[in-house]
Amino acid sequence: MPDITPNISSTATNTPSTAPPVIVTDKLTKRFGQFIAANQLTFQVNKGEIFGFLGANGAGKTTAMRMLCGLLKPSSGKASIAGFDVYTQTEKIKRRIGYMSQKFSLYDDLTVSENIRFYAGIYGMSIPQIKEKTAQLLQELGLEKEAKTLVSDLPLGWKQKLAFSVSIAHEPDIVFLDEPTGGVDPVTRRQFWDLIYHAADRGVTIFVTTHYMDEAEYCNRVSIMVDGVIAALDSPTRLKQQFGHDNMEDVFYELARNAKRKAD
Amino acid sequence: MQQLLTFIRKEFLHVIRDRKTLLMLFGLPIAQIVLFGFALSNEVKNSRIAVADYSKDPVTTQIINEIASGNYFDIQRTLQSAAQLESAFKKGNIRMAVIFPANFSNDLTHTGKATIQVIADASDPNLATTITNYITRIINNFNTQTALTAGQPLQIIPEMQFLYNPELKGAPNFVPGVMALVLMLVCTMMTSVAIVKEKELGTMEILLVSPFKPIYIIISKLAPNLIISIVNLFIILILSALFLDLQVKGSILLLTFDSMLFILTSLSIGLLLSINAKTQQAAMMASLMGMMLPTMLLTGFLFPIENMPVALQVLSNLVPSRWYFIIVKKVMLKGLGITAVWKETLILAGMCLLLFAISLRRFKIRLQ
Repeated sequence: MPDITPNISSTATNTPSTAPPVIVTDKLTKRFGQFIAANQLTFQVNKGEIFGFLGANGAGKTTAMRMLCGLLKPSSGKASIAGFDVYTQTEKIKRRIGYMSQKFSLYDDLTVSENIRFYAGIYGMSIPQIKEKTAQLLQELGLEKEAKTLVSDLPLGWKQKLAFSVSIAHEPDIVFLDEPTGGVDPVTRRQFWDLIYHAADRGVTIFVTTHYMDEAEYCNRVSIMVDGVIAALDSPTRLKQQFGHDNMEDVFYELARNAKRKAD
Repeated sequence: MQQLLTFIRKEFLHVIRDRKTLLMLFGLPIAQIVLFGFALSNEVKNSRIAVADYSKDPVTTQIINEIASGNYFDIQRTLQSAAQLESAFKKGNIRMAVIFPANFSNDLTHTGKATIQVIADASDPNLATTITNYITRIINNFNTQTALTAGQPLQIIPEMQFLYNPELKGAPNFVPGVMALVLMLVCTMMTSVAIVKEKELGTMEILLVSPFKPIYIIISKLAPNLIISIVNLFIILILSALFLDLQVKGSILLLTFDSMLFILTSLSIGLLLSINAKTQQAAMMASLMGMMLPTMLLTGFLFPIENMPVALQVLSNLVPSRWYFIIVKKVMLKGLGITAVWKETLILAGMCLLLFAISLRRFKIRLQ
């Protein structure tokens, strides 16, 4: 793993505290029968913050993220996204969030610009808006020449960047990234994080789950889930101090090794 | 609305980009028609037969000419004795022999009744039945003709009747079957695969997180398949009119309407299959095994339902293609109108609504 030091330009502490938090949860809980997948999650995420959501497989990350996206109804507790309630205002929430899955979720048999056009289109952007956005994204990504290339012909790193750009094409308040850097090399991952910083600088809140502990260091704050509960939540620097380790890998391991649940 | 159009446009791009599948979709009805229409024909042409005429009078000559004139029979030889007859059968030169007894003419003029002996090689029973049916028809025709001219009814052999298919053509029965089969296959398979593909790609998650309505996803997925199926329907109708000489006798409008009902029913089944299938292969297998077999076996186009065990007869009522098959036969072959098919149409419409409602409900549940 190369030594990559992120140049964090926008941090949670820099963000003016006057803006209300964009994600607020209070004892958010999801049960599947007897099994409590997510147990009393309480946290807040500020506007423009990069919030890392860590946890071993089966710890409850996906369940938590699905509740926040409005895909799963919580069993109890409260949560609001961009000021909207996850129980009653899921349709409004959907307009304000973006989502990128670990599979990148692009259509291989469509061209780069057709993919942008499609995703912008289903968010209800008008045709002139879509045209403008397509041109802007292609330019930002340096993919102007590849506009008419099928996505299947793009290298993995480009697909990933395109998938991220597409997920924020409709200018959401918050974007949820579900293990967005799986399967790509460290250099490409570093470039990908540049895109994330760029988006955060423009005020987009980033909620990201990851397995890579070096990426945890890039986040403003991280939460670590163990067995459905949030075991730790703070900035990487303070977490390292608190647990007396010099890297996040050891902090995570100390917390996660006590897990009783098996990975799914 | 514009969101919906964006999605439908995307679905069409998927279909157009996938050349192989597209070729298969339109190749399927053509291949089926060719296969059933020509290669797997029930019709038997140019069967080699022998004739033994011991009467040798104008009537027998006339009948022999009638037999020789069609393209069903090829009179290989005329026989002089019973021994020749046996050897001809043993060598396999002929499939059937027609024998006019010596007193044939005599009987006919005096009693108005006479018999012709028809001996068929029954080692292939279906073939034997078919060609004896042909000869029966030719002789019946001859009876009717002479009755008209002579004003005197003649009885040569027992009368037989073939309703709606007087020429014993193979086509009338299989074309409605091919229609049911092709529409069912294309609709269920393409729909289920198209939806499962989104799940496999991970794009379904994105769609569910987006404000795009689930019903729009369903409509967009159904749209291309609906159009492909209607095109397929007309390909089949045109092919059978051009090459099988089988025109739609009834109202094309009614036939199209009922076909749309059947297409929508099949699309809903595809939707239902996609909800439970996790991979494209699983969806395809479910469509093939779950839909193709019941369609082939329980529709009545390969095997008559009346001959099946009661349990299967009851089960066949649940197969949508069974009702569609009846409708097509009535409208296309018999030229009957809505008064004859309203019951089947109603059953099909009920199935369509029920299946669509269930799949819509199940599809929504997945989002929660």
